[in-house]
Amino acid sequence: MLAMSTAQAAVGEPEKEDLKFGFIKLTDMAPLAIAYEKGYFEDEGLYVQLEAQANWKVLLDRVIDGELDGAHMLAGQPLGATIGYGTQAHIITAFSMDLNGNAITVSNDIWEQMKPHVPMGADGKPVHPIKADALKPVVDSFQAQGKPFNMGMVFPVSTHNYELRYWLAAGGIHPGYYAPHKGDTAGQIDADALLSVTPPPQMPSTMEAGTIYGYCVGEPWNQQAVFKGIGVPVVTDYEIWKDNPEKVFGVSKGWADENPNTHIRVVKAMIRAAKWLDDNNNGNRPEAVEILSRSDYVGADYDVIANSMTGTFEYEKGDKRAVPDFNVFFRHNATYPYYSDAIWYLTQMRRWGQIAEPKSDDWFMDTAKKVYRPDIYATAAKELIAEGKLEASEFPDFASETGYKAPQTHFIDNITYDGTKPNEYLTKFKIGLKPDTTL
Amino acid sequence: MSSIALKLLKPLGLPEKFNLAQLIKSVVVPLSGILVFLFIWNIGAQNINTSLGEFPGPTQVYEESKNLIAEHNRERQKEVAFYERLEIRNAKKLEANPDAVIKTRPYTGKPTFIDQIGTSLVTVLAGFFAASLIAIPAGIVIGMNKTLYSAFNPVIQLFKPVSPLAWLPLVTMVVSALYVSDDPMFAKSFVTSLITVSLCCLWPTLLNTAVGVSTISTDLNNVSKVLRLPWLTHVIKIVIPSAIPMIFTGLRLSLGIAWMVLIAAEMLAQNPGLGKFVWDEFQNGSSSSLGRIMVAVLVIGLIGFVLDRVMLALQKKVSWDKSVELR
Repeated sequence: MLAMSTAQAAVGEPEKEDLKFGFIKLTDMAPLAIAYEKGYFEDEGLYVQLEAQANWKVLLDRVIDGELDGAHMLAGQPLGATIGYGTQAHIITAFSMDLNGNAITVSNDIWEQMKPHVPMGADGKPVHPIKADALKPVVDSFQAQGKPFNMGMVFPVSTHNYELRYWLAAGGIHPGYYAPHKGDTAGQIDADALLSVTPPPQMPSTMEAGTIYGYCVGEPWNQQAVFKGIGVPVVTDYEIWKDNPEKVFGVSKGWADENPNTHIRVVKAMIRAAKWLDDNNNGNRPEAVEILSRSDYVGADYDVIANSMTGTFEYEKGDKRAVPDFNVFFRHNATYPYYSDAIWYLTQMRRWGQIAEPKSDDWFMDTAKKVYRPDIYATAAKELIAEGKLEASEFPDFASETGYKAPQTHFIDNITYDGTKPNEYLTKFKIGLKPDTTL
Repeated sequence: MSSIALKLLKPLGLPEKFNLAQLIKSVVVPLSGILVFLFIWNIGAQNINTSLGEFPGPTQVYEESKNLIAEHNRERQKEVAFYERLEIRNAKKLEANPDAVIKTRPYTGKPTFIDQIGTSLVTVLAGFFAASLIAIPAGIVIGMNKTLYSAFNPVIQLFKPVSPLAWLPLVTMVVSALYVSDDPMFAKSFVTSLITVSLCCLWPTLLNTAVGVSTISTDLNNVSKVLRLPWLTHVIKIVIPSAIPMIFTGLRLSLGIAWMVLIAAEMLAQNPGLGKFVWDEFQNGSSSSLGRIMVAVLVIGLIGFVLDRVMLALQKKVSWDKSVELR
């Protein structure tokens, strides 16, 4: 109680107590649901309403026009909005919601065609990770017949778009360029596989209808395909890039400037929620799954959500494997907004032409600083440490943290990523725009 | 009590005095219709397999409706707990700082199915009243003047068949542009739904009022002229009473349209209400989703039916020509 009151003295009363946050029906909205259900928001004196949104565009627009105070966002959304790709608005984030959590699923028919090209283990099961090399012959045969090979992703600046592109390109399949300066935002220039936007909950039904042959999406929509028996998840994003940053909690810059105390308190509540989600070695996950399966949150069946949230992942029906880090909410400093994560997204935007002009390394770093706000995160974290709710050891060392992760090596194509050298990183890809090319 | 029951049943077509033939006609026949429907539904449902499982039959729908009511009760309990917590927090706040401003605030939980029914009903009635407020006076003015009638008829005919889904994007943008205030009395989503509903449902009332007004018997008009009634008195004493049956015919059509339009608008705009409930369940894609949607379908139908019967009862009450059979 004493700690509480000193903390209040330190952060100050929230400027705005009644808040409305938006989310998309995906399991990685869990920190919001938990912060609400466990009363962490109320502990901060915040009265939050959570509201499911129809799609990512609606969600972003409503944050921009102030109908929502903040939202569960794709990591690329605050960056895309701030640099003016799509809707222009300055959006910032001080909280990264999770790592990993996505997968790429193909329809049963495509899987049958891929299977002869997939290396099999001694137990007769496919050896993971499955590379897009196995999909290449299928795409080639589609091209030979003059049929377009369509795939779905959830948003032009979504993690899923970049992950799907990364995986395809690593297997020699060109996912196509964007050319916004020429008014081309379809992203299908030179494409072998044609990617288009489908809202996450509609992915399985769109694939079932035959409009797309595969998709990249978050959970539970890959496991849903397994349950419905309409498709096979071939690769998780954990295998494409180990511990990749996924969703963030985004607010508009204007809102953050007007409500600094509120913002810090929101981040505090969400850090506690994230910790709860990973506590006891995922021991709280079954309870989290029960909460998420309620129709106001994700609303899918308990079993479908549990499949990925409790540390397993089912590929082909019956081929359930342990992937303990499929969803990471707190471990590995998952909630800290690293500049290097922001820069990776910016490099992919440049790689696929969403950023049309050459940019200097400084531009990448400055943009990351404009959007990612570890300073706000650090204030919130220090408060929690002072209140005795979390340990300093559970956070990065704020005194020495630069915001840049050490060069990361766990990519499916074994290319090393160093956040401090974005342009050099771009030169390493076989498929994709080089630092100085323009379309 | 029984007389009230009879009055309520009357618009349903039940006669006050029962005899066997009438009993069969009014109870047994409709009941067997319902039974046949349930039978076909049950058989049909068992033979439709969707990717979300079997199509919900009557029993599953019954189960889901019980679940929905249970969920509603659970949410109400959570609301009570919420207010208890709020009081404790407020008390602590006051203890720490006696001058602190204590706000009462609405419950932050999610609207349940039953809440959504309430929202939809309020919205549809508000939209319907707004439309009637415009349509009846406009209809009277247009009906009384042939020139005005021919001037506006093409415009009315043009807008009458427009789907709410076409209006919605325009209404949404206009409302967000014009309806700006720091402390709005109504939510934007409510205003959007209301205007969309009004735009789509005012035409039948407008047209019927105009026709009703223009077909007043010449005798009545002549009486009015002989008495040299002022314009307003003429409207109140002669025009409105004679046009009332037509006005109510229009209103009844309008309310039916309003209800249909509202569900579609809520679904597309994600505005609170039954339409959003249906869409959310569709998005959830759980094994109980289809059953819950089916509950909503039946409730939507039932409410539409009740609204129509209420209007019919009103129409019968105000209609002076009792020889016309209304159904």
